[in-house]
Amino acid sequence: MGLVEAIDLYKSYDEKAKEKSYAVQGVTLTIKQGETLGLVGESGCGKSTFGKLLLQLEKQTSGKVLFKGQDISNYNFHKMRPIRRNIQMIFQNSTNLFNPYFIVKQILMEPVNNYFLHESDAEKEKRVRAILHSVGLDESYLTRYGNELSGGQRQRIGIARALILHPEFVVCDEVVSSVDYTMRNQILQLLMDLKEAFGLTYLFISHDLSAVQKVCDRVAVMYMGKVMEILPSINARIKHPYTKALLDATLDVNPRNREKQTMSLKETAESESAIANEGCPYQNRCLLAQDICKIHAPKLKNIGDDHAVACHVVDH
Amino acid sequence: MKEHTDTNLLKRTFSRLKNDKLALTGGIIVLLFILAGAFATYIAPHDPTAVNIENRLLPSSWEYPLGTDQLGRDVLSRIIYGTQVTLRNAFLVLAGILIIGVPMGMIAGYTGGRIDNFIMRVADIVLTFPSGILALAVVGMMGPGMLNIMLVLVSLWWAPFARVIRGAVLKIKEKDFVMAAEAAGTSKFQIIVKHILLNAASPIIVLATLNVASIIMHIAGFSFIGLGTQPPAADWGVMLNDSREFIATDPALMLWPGLAIMIVIFGLNMLGEGLNEALSPHTQKGIQRIKPWSVQRKVSTLKEDTYE
Repeated sequence: MGLVEAIDLYKSYDEKAKEKSYAVQGVTLTIKQGETLGLVGESGCGKSTFGKLLLQLEKQTSGKVLFKGQDISNYNFHKMRPIRRNIQMIFQNSTNLFNPYFIVKQILMEPVNNYFLHESDAEKEKRVRAILHSVGLDESYLTRYGNELSGGQRQRIGIARALILHPEFVVCDEVVSSVDYTMRNQILQLLMDLKEAFGLTYLFISHDLSAVQKVCDRVAVMYMGKVMEILPSINARIKHPYTKALLDATLDVNPRNREKQTMSLKETAESESAIANEGCPYQNRCLLAQDICKIHAPKLKNIGDDHAVACHVVDH
Repeated sequence: MKEHTDTNLLKRTFSRLKNDKLALTGGIIVLLFILAGAFATYIAPHDPTAVNIENRLLPSSWEYPLGTDQLGRDVLSRIIYGTQVTLRNAFLVLAGILIIGVPMGMIAGYTGGRIDNFIMRVADIVLTFPSGILALAVVGMMGPGMLNIMLVLVSLWWAPFARVIRGAVLKIKEKDFVMAAEAAGTSKFQIIVKHILLNAASPIIVLATLNVASIIMHIAGFSFIGLGTQPPAADWGVMLNDSREFIATDPALMLWPGLAIMIVIFGLNMLGEGLNEALSPHTQKGIQRIKPWSVQRKVSTLKEDTYE
């Protein structure tokens, strides 16, 4: 049993439309206690939606979310309350991350005020200072407005806000996608240190494969709302053609290797690459696509060592 | 905790308003009128309804600074009491509009779906009524009187308010900090108050300030055509109406109430405009909106502005 489990999770935003289009379709995924599961995929493939579904910040269309074996997918606010503090999210950096009228102290006080009702103001403030130190900022930031901070500082405050309740499970949504490379390494290191210190479990959502390689134990690859492959470790042999294409798309630092860069997926017009109603969602861009891919959607199949692949061609 | 925001927000708003000369002037004008209205009993030199035919149509003197009207009543006292009546009615109407419009807009914007549709369609219908015609109809049925006019204004003018607030709420509720608050275990009610209402406050305040101006105009207008406040009560609209017959012989009689209306509306508009800028959380030095008539002024505020 994992810490957090998604069972056949579907999410559609246009519930009234006749032909539903799903942001997340039929994802079943288990996140084990203490691990860092990477979730990669291109923009718009439903990674963030999946993270928000796990935290019940979005309501699923169908399917279940289990936290420690407990089905939390239909909990109301009061039932959710004790669970809420154990599952937190570090949001993608944006200008809307914090209420523009709040200073850092208020930003960090909000979760504390919700959960440590019986503590005195001094005790609450001690928590705020403690978490601020753990993310590497000093107390002078307490009176600054969220909008006055730099990108790295904002991200640190975002991390502090998620961790101040000492959760067990944290969804990191594109935490390093908007900071520069030196800052990126600092933030990743900070996340790893905090994981050690607080005993956290991460779902690390990212399109940045090098960041994923740095921090993740297992990696799940998503395409068009479906999980295509689950790698048991970052060194595992990649099977799925889409995962290969994703890896090939990362740029090499060494300019001499540029020649060797290959394109391992079909460039298709936007209309063609639109998700096929039947068969494998990747069929139109896949180099290995065969007739069966157009008829049956491949199921995620375990091919040993916890390695799972959803592909007719390579799943053996 | 809460006080901290408020003082900070207030401090910031005041320091910005102080640098905006036009808004400051507007604020002072409005404040003076409010004070005059509030303390009318102590300030006014005469009884505003005391008729004295022997002193009718006197020019200004020490005894009657703005002269007397056709019934020998002191014009200055009537203007001061008129301030009280007009502002009280205007703020009552505004309160009514806020009490209906703000919750309607918040509910429509936050819940969405059918409730949103229903509220907005009602607002659409309300918006199609011209307030003048409806006021005539209501007065025709229920008789003239300021209360009827005020009810008409409230029942129509909450709709544009609700629309603006709904728009602001729609924009705010999509922002990450709202979802983050939910993740932090904040209840829906608190999210609405602490995050959405706080961020929607500036358009509400600005709109309210500008709205008071047009409410005053309408109140005076309805009184002028005899549908609102009834003589002999002092009201700017009533005074204007009374002075109609004497426009050729004593134009000053019409000048004073007209001037009062003009100045208070000017003040409210300037204050509203200034508040619009001062309340924005993002305005910083350098990226202030440039008003066409005050390029020189902006340059000087750049130097003086100590807000960070």
